[in-house]
Amino acid sequence: MGAEFVQFSLAPLLIGILASVACALPGNFLILRRQALIGDAISHVVLPGIVVAFLLTGVVTAIPMLIGAAGAAIVAVILIEAIKRLGRIEPGAAMGVTFTTLFAGGVLLLEQSDTSSVHLDVEHALMGNLESLIWFKAKGWDSLLDPVALASLPHELGRIAIVCAIVVALTVTFWRWLKISTFDEGFAEALGLPTAAIGFGLVITAAFAAVAAFDAVGSIIVIAMFICPPAAARLMTNRLEHQVLWSVAFAVLSAVLGYVFAGYGPLWFGAQNAVSAAGMIAAVSGAILGLACLFAPHRNRVGAAKEDAAI
Amino acid sequence: MTSSAQVELASEKGRSVRQDPVAAEAALAVRGLTVSYGEKPAVFSVDATFPAKAMTAIVGPNGAGKSTLLKAALGVIPRLSGEVTVFGQPIGTARDRIAYVPQRASVDWDFPTTVIDVVQMGLYRRVGLLGRLTGALRARANDCLDRVGMADFADRQIGQLSGGQQQRVFLARALAQDAELYLLDEPFAGVDAATERAIIDVLRSLRAEGKAVISVHHDLATVVDYFDNVFLINVRKIAEGPVATTFTGPNLNATYGGRLAATHIDQLQLAGGA
Amino acid sequence: MKPFLDAMLLGAGYNAALVGLGAALLGFAAGTAGTFLFLRKRALVSDAVAHATLPGVGIAFILMVSFGGDGRNLFGLLAGSAVTAWIGLLLVESMARRTRLSEDAAIGAVLSVFFGIGVVLLTVIQTMSSGRQAGLESFLLGSTAGMLFQDAVVIAIGGTLAVLATWLLRRPMTLVAFDAEYAAASGYDVRRIDLAMMGLVLAVTVIGLKIVGLILIVAMLIIPPVTARFWTEKSDRLIWYAGALGGFSGYVGAAISASAPALPTGPIIVLVAAALFGLSLFLAPKRGVTAAIIRHRRFQRRVHRRQGLLALSRGEPIHDDLTLKVLTTEGYIRPDGVATEAGRAQAAKIARDEHRWEAARRVHQDTSLTGRYDGLTPIEQVFTRDEIAAFDRIIGGPTPVPEQSGGIA
Repeated sequence: MGAEFVQFSLAPLLIGILASVACALPGNFLILRRQALIGDAISHVVLPGIVVAFLLTGVVTAIPMLIGAAGAAIVAVILIEAIKRLGRIEPGAAMGVTFTTLFAGGVLLLEQSDTSSVHLDVEHALMGNLESLIWFKAKGWDSLLDPVALASLPHELGRIAIVCAIVVALTVTFWRWLKISTFDEGFAEALGLPTAAIGFGLVITAAFAAVAAFDAVGSIIVIAMFICPPAAARLMTNRLEHQVLWSVAFAVLSAVLGYVFAGYGPLWFGAQNAVSAAGMIAAVSGAILGLACLFAPHRNRVGAAKEDAAI
Repeated sequence: MTSSAQVELASEKGRSVRQDPVAAEAALAVRGLTVSYGEKPAVFSVDATFPAKAMTAIVGPNGAGKSTLLKAALGVIPRLSGEVTVFGQPIGTARDRIAYVPQRASVDWDFPTTVIDVVQMGLYRRVGLLGRLTGALRARANDCLDRVGMADFADRQIGQLSGGQQQRVFLARALAQDAELYLLDEPFAGVDAATERAIIDVLRSLRAEGKAVISVHHDLATVVDYFDNVFLINVRKIAEGPVATTFTGPNLNATYGGRLAATHIDQLQLAGGA
Repeated sequence: MKPFLDAMLLGAGYNAALVGLGAALLGFAAGTAGTFLFLRKRALVSDAVAHATLPGVGIAFILMVSFGGDGRNLFGLLAGSAVTAWIGLLLVESMARRTRLSEDAAIGAVLSVFFGIGVVLLTVIQTMSSGRQAGLESFLLGSTAGMLFQDAVVIAIGGTLAVLATWLLRRPMTLVAFDAEYAAASGYDVRRIDLAMMGLVLAVTVIGLKIVGLILIVAMLIIPPVTARFWTEKSDRLIWYAGALGGFSGYVGAAISASAPALPTGPIIVLVAAALFGLSLFLAPKRGVTAAIIRHRRFQRRVHRRQGLLALSRGEPIHDDLTLKVLTTEGYIRPDGVATEAGRAQAAKIARDEHRWEAARRVHQDTSLTGRYDGLTPIEQVFTRDEIAAFDRIIGGPTPVPEQSGGIA
């Protein structure tokens, strides 16, 4: 666990952990509000966002792409709301119409644009490339104290660390508002809380986290992080505070185990090459959720099932 | 007579056995029904016999299991234990003899369907997957709609109706099924006086035709006026029988746990003894 | 333009014709199968089902290759995709039913986890030395480049069976979608019918994997039914409209795609469907936005008409310009503002209607109808005859409007 670990695995591991936590935190509130699939919608629209950014700027660097993706997320949220109201269409269908159309548009633009000079990889956008975020100049654990080496850390690490810190700060700051308005929106309105702004802010924060994370773990996997750790956490406890803590724990566990299995698992089976770390992280988070569904203390529904909950 | 007779009832799997004669005559008979949500029992070990050719009210406080009893008997929600027979048959084989009018809240009123479509849904079982809705069947649906006073609204989309009108449409759907036993879940809740009159008129005409009507009822003041029998429940069965002998002060106190003020009970039309 | 027209008339070559017909059939099947999911308010279950096909494709490939066969055999891959998609479906259902998680959380969990597993398998395959793995990624976004006749046959047969099954089961599925409790009480097995609904979606997804890929098949399952909703209030017509819209999108989309390079089929089909949705959103006669705006204008005129007539009935002077304009146009007042005979008759009628509404508000507990008092709708359109008779008993008989009513203020 020496120089090789620090050079090859430390950065991806940290990025994976930070991305998972940044997504899991808002995910807690999204699933309580039955808005879990907004993450699905956001994850699909980042592709057209980065394609448009590329078409406008001609480069594939991080900042324009992130802005493009964030812009696409906001456009999507607005479109979904508009379709819901203008067309009197239920939320799931409105989301489905919006994000599939935008995604198709993104694929078309990708095909049409001249990507011969730059490689815009659809697969990368979907599946990420965690394994390739290597810390080149690291020589060992003491590189953590070496400013020259630190300067060569993958940029994704800095970005996701900042976003994660912001997400944590927002969660802590607006904790009471989030808790009240998620539980009983009418009551929150009566108290004078800006519930519409809170809801919108939550979705935008989630979009932010998704966009920052997608560069490392790809867009589709981000949904797993929005949903699986908080869902598993929900089954573990009846208290929101504990649920959030459990969700962070599960997110970290998924990231670490997922990365380890992806990188070293094949070696245990006698194969040579690593498999997709992002996919494995999602798979591990799913396994944790599965175990929670089977064994967690508060997994059972209390009271009569709501018609729209039970299939 | 029942004590010496065989009391093993046919199960839903259709084991045919000698049947309880009392249950055989009843429109709906329930033995040992228990339903629970999680660990809490909503309905506990209830025996009930609802007679044919009569109107019976199911009465009890909120959350006492009235609707649960009905839904579990029909199989709409799962039950922990109990046997249910309809006119002596296991309920699974007697579906064509029952019609159910659920609470309005369970439906999405923006659904793309018109009033007459909903009534025709009552005929789906009869025509099966491939059958056509013949002229005669369509006429039947129109008649049922007319019977509840909604004939002018046939082509309206259901979301444009009031609560009372929606209730009438549900009743018309049940009428279209031409059943022998009608089960209604709080049909009078939240409806206006004209609709209430329309519904009770239809139910009385059903009884005059020899059908059985069982209704979860929320309004104590009208029990004696509308119904022949009453079934009092508060998780467990409290009492059942003709209104005259069963809808009494002591029974109501037992059902409502002393929550009904004494004066309130006096105000209710109680027949024969407090 | 010419290449497009050629493609539309099936004259652009064998492959293009095959793709066009296949896409049309697929679109039709997807539109009809997706309608019930839409009615049941479960549109995004199709997303979970679609993403859950990926691990199946991977497993099937690995199995076929390890048994020495051609890893890209379509039947094998589709069979594998169906198996894992079915498992995914069952997991969504059991999670939503047995645990306290809501349905959307279950959908999202299955969607992402199964997709993640599929991605892992894809990377495993990439490193396998068989070297024939190229083309599995085509299941993500679809590809019609090398569409074989047998592929078209799969789509044709599968699509037809799916449509047939939808038609056969339309009544139970409509019943369950509209009122599941009533369906259960009538003896229908609601759970099995729900599974059938989703099984149809699964079948269409598997069939469509080749042409449009798993990410875009969801679009074909959702967009046509949503579009069709703008055009009808009857659910049995909704099914066929959705099918027609889907079929049209498939055919035209494939034709456009064949007429120029760098136009991938899947996305174009989806964009055609989306264009139809956009047009319907704005132009549909009753539920469309333009219709809503026109209704609003008309509403304004009716409000002014009613206010004006009420003022006449009470002998009040009329101030508002639009009101005067409306009343004059309809011949209810003379140029000097005095009511005509027709105007007086109408005014009396409106006044009576107003009184009946007052009685209605006294009688009715819930405001769902009295709340619809917009000052315009005649009471006959909202209440039944016996209900109106009840009001008349309260307010008594009609009263006429005096002669010299009116005048401009």
